[in-house]
Amino acid sequence: MTGEPTLVVEGLKTHFFTEAGVVKSVDGVDLAVNRGEILGLVGESGSGKSVTGFSILGLIDPPGRIVGGSVRLNGEELTTASPKRLRSLRGDRIAMIFQDPMMTLNPVLKIETQMVETLQAHVKIGRAEARARARDALGRVGIPSPEERLDSYPHQFSGGMRQRVAIAIALLHGPDLIIADEPTTALDVTIQAQILSEVQTLCRETGTALIWITHDLAIISGLADRVAVMYAGKIVETGRIAEVVATPRHPYTHGLIGSVPSRNRRGERLTQIPGMTPSFLALPPGCAFAPRCPRADEKCLAMPELAPCPGGGHLARCFHPVPEGAAS
Amino acid sequence: MGYVINRLMQGLMVIAVMAVLVFVGVYAIGNPVDMLISPEADQAEIEATIIRMGLDKPLWEQFLGFVGGALRGDLGTSFMYNEPAVRLILARFPATLELALAAILMAVAVGIPLGVIAGLRPNGVVGRSIMTVSILGFSLPTFWVGMMFIMVFAVSLGWLPSTGRGETVEVLGVRWSFLTANGLSHLFLPALNLALFKTSLVIRLARAGTREVITQDYIKFARAKGLSETRVILVHMLKNMMIPVVTVLGLEFGSVVAFAVVTETVFAWPGIGKLLISSIVHLDRPVIVAYLMLTVLLFVTINFVVDLIYAILDPRVRRKEAA
Repeated sequence: MTGEPTLVVEGLKTHFFTEAGVVKSVDGVDLAVNRGEILGLVGESGSGKSVTGFSILGLIDPPGRIVGGSVRLNGEELTTASPKRLRSLRGDRIAMIFQDPMMTLNPVLKIETQMVETLQAHVKIGRAEARARARDALGRVGIPSPEERLDSYPHQFSGGMRQRVAIAIALLHGPDLIIADEPTTALDVTIQAQILSEVQTLCRETGTALIWITHDLAIISGLADRVAVMYAGKIVETGRIAEVVATPRHPYTHGLIGSVPSRNRRGERLTQIPGMTPSFLALPPGCAFAPRCPRADEKCLAMPELAPCPGGGHLARCFHPVPEGAAS
Repeated sequence: MGYVINRLMQGLMVIAVMAVLVFVGVYAIGNPVDMLISPEADQAEIEATIIRMGLDKPLWEQFLGFVGGALRGDLGTSFMYNEPAVRLILARFPATLELALAAILMAVAVGIPLGVIAGLRPNGVVGRSIMTVSILGFSLPTFWVGMMFIMVFAVSLGWLPSTGRGETVEVLGVRWSFLTANGLSHLFLPALNLALFKTSLVIRLARAGTREVITQDYIKFARAKGLSETRVILVHMLKNMMIPVVTVLGLEFGSVVAFAVVTETVFAWPGIGKLLISSIVHLDRPVIVAYLMLTVLLFVTINFVVDLIYAILDPRVRRKEAA
């Protein structure tokens, strides 16, 4: 084997060529996920985190296009792979779980059809055998009486159950990598917690690498091993989750954590990040967060590198990192 | 089951309301006696005719008689042909049905693939060309296109005949053209003429449906599962896209049968459209009423069938009605 992590993304650039101009949704993103590791990809809506996920799968629809960088799965380059090769990897080696379980299953096809076709797309297998495997997969994600449920249609399931079905489909081939795009955002809080811990267990057991895309740092703080924070198409801070949450160095991450209610700060006002995410068509020069940043000065008109912070182990893209131990 | 009964009751209501409207509407116009009796007839002859035709009775009494007859399958006797109106219409109905079915088949066979292609590549040269051509289908008047067909294919090229049904074969007591080569050649031009507008309609529906379905998450999810593009389009997309197409096509089928008048006239196709025109000209009330009532019955039946197909295509409809 190559000794490389399961997934390596280097300098990935995915741009959308719209009539209003070029939208650089993903603009030089580096990621690496090891076997059995869970990476949290955090950012606000429109920060480019979902586009990053779809770029890895090669599922960017026009007018979008991957314009640069490299995506390697087990050492194999995906950005230059043939559509046929990509198709054979999708669902087999890389699986994806989507945000809204109400929308991801085809409403007019039985669960059985949707699972069996996934199996038959990648392995030569008879219908009866495929059905048996589908049933076992449903059982594994905690769906009661899976045999009968195979003959149901998606509308006969609750949202949480549908997401379990989607997860079961993602796990069918024991993929090397799962990309989960806000899979619990549309669910009740109690179901969220269940699904989180189940996915975590399943990944640990099978050694599957997982990228968990979310806008909610709190959700992944107990789940992920490492985290990458995205802002305006770039990663602004990355490191071990405990470190990043305890001592955020980038003012944006700092602000994100400060805006979450916490038991330790009862009665205090929550801090908020002023302003809103900039439009991709009118990004400020240099650091995209500078206009909203309390620490910005003229130096921030240039783009800082993602570099180790003085005194702190993890990487942040900032000229004026928040000092360690600053109250958030 | 409740779903089926519910739909049936709705259909019966529509038929009842339409019976009143049609009967009253048709009886409010003209006086058929003037058309039927020679100008030299004297008053006594006119009176006799009026009484024989039951036109002296009050409207409500005539209506009750009409309903009573209708329940027994008798919608009156044609003034012109002196034959039961229903039998008159049914004798010509297979010709029109055959024409309409052929036209709808053509529209579906051509329209759906073209619409899907146009929907998948909305900005490509092919997609744009398909949409441009479909505008022609919408805007060229049927009678003109029909005459052009006759001029080009029948007169100039001499490839296809231009009038009548050609040879027919009797199956189950009904004569059909499509079972003989000669009949098929007679059927082709009028069916194509009738199909033109519907094809454009199907193209547009299929394109709109494709454009809508293609952006859905479940299509992206299907791709993320590694399915082939063929399967994504033929299974995941087509079944969802067909739901609105089936609804509109069902209604359109009714209108094709009922209003094939223009095409039937141009191609001298002996269907019910031609019968209707001559009945209107001669104010042959029972035939007009019977025609309209059968049309209503046809629409109600088609709607009912469409609802059933809808339930087959979309499992959510089944559940909603059962709940």
